[in-house]
Amino acid sequence: MSIEVRNISKSFGAFKALDNVSLDLPSGELIALLGPSGCGKTTLLRIIAGLEYADQGTVILSGQDASNKHVRDRHVGFVFQHYALFRHMTVFENVAFGLRVKPRAARPPEKEIRAKVRRLLELVQLDWLADRFPAQLSGGQRQRIALARALAVEPQVLLLDEPFGALDAKVRKELRRWLRRLHDELHISSVFVTHDQEEALEVADRVVLMNKGRIEQIGSPREIYNEPATSFAYGFIGTVNEFRGRVEGGYVRVGNDLLPHGRTDLSDGSAVVAFARPHETEIIKGEIGEGVEAKVNRILTNGAVTRVELIANGDAREGRKDYFEVEVTPDDLAALSLATGERVRIRSKRLSLFGENV
Amino acid sequence: MAGAVAARLGAPNSGSATRFEANLATRDLPWVKYAVLGLGLAYFALFLLLPLIAVFVEAFRKGWNAYIAALTEPDALSAIRLTLLAAAISVPLNLIFGVAAAWSIAKFDFPGKHLLITFIDLPFSVSPVVAGLIYVLIFGAQGWIGPWLSAHDIKVIFAVPGIVLATIFVTFPFVARELIPLMQAQGRDEEEAAVTLGASGLQTFWRVTLPNIKWALLYGVILCNARAMGEFGAVSVVSGHIRGETNTMPLHVEILYNEYQFAAAFAVASLLALLALVTLAVKTYIEWRASQVAPEEKTS
Repeated sequence: MSIEVRNISKSFGAFKALDNVSLDLPSGELIALLGPSGCGKTTLLRIIAGLEYADQGTVILSGQDASNKHVRDRHVGFVFQHYALFRHMTVFENVAFGLRVKPRAARPPEKEIRAKVRRLLELVQLDWLADRFPAQLSGGQRQRIALARALAVEPQVLLLDEPFGALDAKVRKELRRWLRRLHDELHISSVFVTHDQEEALEVADRVVLMNKGRIEQIGSPREIYNEPATSFAYGFIGTVNEFRGRVEGGYVRVGNDLLPHGRTDLSDGSAVVAFARPHETEIIKGEIGEGVEAKVNRILTNGAVTRVELIANGDAREGRKDYFEVEVTPDDLAALSLATGERVRIRSKRLSLFGENV
Repeated sequence: MAGAVAARLGAPNSGSATRFEANLATRDLPWVKYAVLGLGLAYFALFLLLPLIAVFVEAFRKGWNAYIAALTEPDALSAIRLTLLAAAISVPLNLIFGVAAAWSIAKFDFPGKHLLITFIDLPFSVSPVVAGLIYVLIFGAQGWIGPWLSAHDIKVIFAVPGIVLATIFVTFPFVARELIPLMQAQGRDEEEAAVTLGASGLQTFWRVTLPNIKWALLYGVILCNARAMGEFGAVSVVSGHIRGETNTMPLHVEILYNEYQFAAAFAVASLLALLALVTLAVKTYIEWRASQVAPEEKTS
């Protein structure tokens, strides 16, 4: 089922949770709503489900306006961050709930219900827990049961609200791999909310990046990571080195230092913020008249590439003491022969610039 | 782990306290322990246990036959009947209202919610005598709608309906107050899950909400019932103390006592005390049951 969201706005008192958000999500994909906490992603998900009403705008499910449709008529499966399993029912009854509450005419016979619940429990690989109560399960098991319960009513779209948010790191990683596999098996349109960029980039077909009630960028994980569209997107995704300064010809003046940028469309004197990923940043020694000065703080060699952590000069960071990170290949590291505490310069061949006021 | 230790020492539900006591380093001096314990027990004996014993001793002072006679006398029987009737009407009504109020307060947002919460607490903060007086002022002969009522030959004050009304007012908050904190703590997640799974409002209530609150609900009903049967002040104002007609058990006790029929007064009082003891026993059982369920929910 395709999901379309048009001009949705929602406020909680003076706080604007969603500000005129429009979104078009095609059928069959696994989509991540990514953003920092308070950016409105959960509110958007709940509006799509019908658990929250939008102040303005429409939700269109499968081409039909669903704004005034009741939650139970929208055929969405919803998975909650804290599982929301029925605590007084066994795992089996939890999964069977959606089938048992169907109107008498549409309710399958008991035998079919049993067979279907069994099938779903096998799908989430927890059929051996059928007679347990939710309190007797681990967090990861509870969330898989919650998913099986949502799938029991054959929803046309699956909405997951921070599904792995309450789990520890190892289980999270396991479950998100499992969710991806499950999606590849079932091909049900799914939207999940997360504040974890790694989770979004690893699992989703498409990522919707949100900030302060607005959509910053929509794209594949590769696009989101490699071609961030806004300064927020650049800062939020992955590790990044950030420089603030003013344009001076082919350079950005950062404090007393000059960074080459290679753009031609910028007017002199405009305030900009420049970003470069650690692997697109290089360390240079000796005076060549460009690059931002920094002091080598730590050299971390526990991987294929060496990560060099540098402390910015006071004036280069406008008084803020900040860290840069540069990834160096073993060959370059040998050629540079860096020592902790050494003063070097850094620059980037792929500097991305954004106007300060955007 | 605390549970394991407690189980080994044979004292469930007091894991940390037992460990604290068993540890020499954290143990108090014996005289401190016995002084605190003694003070607590003496207080309990003097102010709770002694009066309770006194009720039964006084009730049986003139022997078993006099006791039975005091209870089976027509006025006493009528008082017992009226008390049971008032409880039988007010408890179910407040049960329904309490669940409805707690449900709407805990699971929905609406304007005037805080005002409603304040109003539910009103019977707790208003003196029962004032509550009774309010009904006299509204329904009494000189009250707001008194003339209209008497013109239609409807008796509220100094009659059974007044007693029921006063009892309802006084026992109003018990069920709602018991449920609201629990329902607020449980949140709306399970209800929302039920609705996304296609359940109707009624199905959600019967299958999800009610099972989650049943122990607290029973607890509230029992407290409500105890108060309904024991209420004196508000009922006293609206009753008119007509023997055999508008006397409840507490009022009957007072009348007998004022007439120096001490043994009979205490005999009826012992029934009320017995009710309190039964209530306590049931309440303790429910608390025990609820605590049996709760740890199960916590283990993971």
